[in-house]
Amino acid sequence: MTDTIDDPVASGGSADGQPADAAGTPSSAIAPDELVVLAPDVLAGSLGDYLRAWWKRIRGGESGALPIIIGLIVICIFFEVQSSAFLSATNIVNLFVQATFIILLGMAELYALLLSEIDLSVGFVGAVGAAIAMALMGSPQNWPWWAALIVGMAACAVIGALQGTIITRLRIPSFVVTLAGLLGWQGVLIYVFDVDKGAVGGVITVSNSVIDDLVSGTMTPAAGWILLLVVVGLYALTSILRTARRRAQGLSVPPLGITLLTVGATGIAGVVLVYVCNLNRGIVTSPVRGVPWVIPVVVLILVAQSFLLARTRLGRYIYAIGASPEAARRAGIKVARIRTVAFALCSFTAGLAAVVYASRLGSISVGFDGGTYVLYAVAAAVIGGASLFGGYGKPIHPLLGGLVIATLTNGLALLNISTAGTDIATAVVLIVAVAVDSTLRRRGRTGGAG
Amino acid sequence: MTEGAPLLELRGVSKVFGAVRALDGVNFTVPAGRVTALAGDNGAGKSVLIKTVAGLWEPAEGEILWEGTPIHFHSPNDAEARGITTIYQDLALCDNLDIVQNMFLGHETMRRGLLDESSMELAARRTLDDLHVTTVRSIRQPVQSLSGGQRQSVAVAKAVMQSAKLVIMDEPTAALGVAQTQMVLELIKRLSSQGTAVILISHNLNDVFEVADIIAVLYLGRMVASGPAEQFDREVVVDYMTSGASTRAAAG
Repeated sequence: MTDTIDDPVASGGSADGQPADAAGTPSSAIAPDELVVLAPDVLAGSLGDYLRAWWKRIRGGESGALPIIIGLIVICIFFEVQSSAFLSATNIVNLFVQATFIILLGMAELYALLLSEIDLSVGFVGAVGAAIAMALMGSPQNWPWWAALIVGMAACAVIGALQGTIITRLRIPSFVVTLAGLLGWQGVLIYVFDVDKGAVGGVITVSNSVIDDLVSGTMTPAAGWILLLVVVGLYALTSILRTARRRAQGLSVPPLGITLLTVGATGIAGVVLVYVCNLNRGIVTSPVRGVPWVIPVVVLILVAQSFLLARTRLGRYIYAIGASPEAARRAGIKVARIRTVAFALCSFTAGLAAVVYASRLGSISVGFDGGTYVLYAVAAAVIGGASLFGGYGKPIHPLLGGLVIATLTNGLALLNISTAGTDIATAVVLIVAVAVDSTLRRRGRTGGAG
Repeated sequence: MTEGAPLLELRGVSKVFGAVRALDGVNFTVPAGRVTALAGDNGAGKSVLIKTVAGLWEPAEGEILWEGTPIHFHSPNDAEARGITTIYQDLALCDNLDIVQNMFLGHETMRRGLLDESSMELAARRTLDDLHVTTVRSIRQPVQSLSGGQRQSVAVAKAVMQSAKLVIMDEPTAALGVAQTQMVLELIKRLSSQGTAVILISHNLNDVFEVADIIAVLYLGRMVASGPAEQFDREVVVDYMTSGASTRAAAG
């Protein structure tokens, strides 16, 4: 991103409602309208203001998540019209479960993208960690699942730290290092299958019930509702209290209406999700209902990543480095160290993604297609709205993008369209999503100066 | 600190690049709380001089005294630790971060291991108020949405926030329009009135004469004139900048 505000003096024409200038300092030369367009959440005084600014921002190109949500709805309507099975409870829950792997892999990739880097190895690195974990908890090792998981995920983090160290210390582009990783860790993955005595025909079966239940197990319907109530209740309480406290201190806060609206929207989405999951999606004689465990797990990882990126020094520095490594360096940030840690986090999250993958399929095999999955991971983050050029993106972006990809894959499969067709359709959506986003942005930029 | 010593003093500082003497026995004094303008044509050695003060390079000869004590900077961090902040033309701001986040970048206030946004925002607002930077609508807007002058203000406020005693500004008004330039000049005056010394590097003599208490002119690596701004007028400074001497006035 470069400057979006052009010659400031040229835009001084629309001076109506100029902010009050004390002390006779020359007034801000940006028309207030433009300011509101760029940052409505901090500048709007009321809910009405906010919504107006928000609408202006969408028209002006700072589109945020809205186009992707609209796109998702359009795709869903299209598939529902084509096949009435699409919006059945069975299929929707199935779709969510399918999406979790790409969503998590996208969240992993987000760490690299935020730094303006790329990690092509996330697929195989994650698979190596998951294979180690599955091998350790399977026979003949029979480790407890948590110990096996810790070792597997630690292996991922170490691999990430190693790649990060090579990238930062030897100053080799991340593209090259992780491209080598893409090849090399696939080799290591095959090696893990060779060494593990529990692997049969290049397949390690998920033998542990906890890991198996991650995807195939469900919470009881009542537990689903209670968890939703607790989560949304906590979210509402903390965000309202936080807003109130900040307002009391005289700090800038979004209008109360916005806080309530966000909490309300989250609540409604949660209610719909739990309701759909609690519908019977089995047959009459053996009903299946309840939220699959993997969904709260993904939400937990999303919250953890959001927290890390927004509330910790590490997260702040990742954004800073992504926007301007030079500014970060001059601010005294240890850029190489932060980048290395980010690559370790990237690989670690990829490990979690691969565990979810193994849980869904009940096994992990030597044929794991890490080369393709990493491309889906990047696509998920970018379709969702994260920038390929660093500094912009939130964990919600791979979530939305992953849902889009899963919806396409799922819907096209329902329509009996071949893998070839699915790949082509995903490619088109990727291009369209990025094109729409960048066109809107460009229009916003040229339009913003007038 | 030696009593009565200037904030910064360069004595006979030279810097050689190959066959070129970029700085040749430069004497330069910067008193506390004043605005010192450093003028000179392209290639006069202004950048070399400020980079030496900022700790990027060590002088080949001569010494640098900070508050009366000889000092050696091995890196920009050494200089920053002593309270010398340099604001280059690129400002070193992160577009995607808001004003508060930029002002505290690398020096975040933490509370129980987490970023303490509340106290950072309050402190940032206090600093901006002290500097009379009142034109920003919200200090939570991303720097990307600011005008050029406002960005300068954020960069200056960041330096003040980190308790700089000397702020070196490299052509701060070069890319700005008239109103924005005025805003930055007001800011420089405010900064020095609060006791922070400023070295202003500028081609623009309007700016120099508006804010400078002291004017120093470099010509081909030598300090050819320096003294209180009242001793100079525009023609004299131009003479010094272009030929290294002036026959017109009785300046130093």
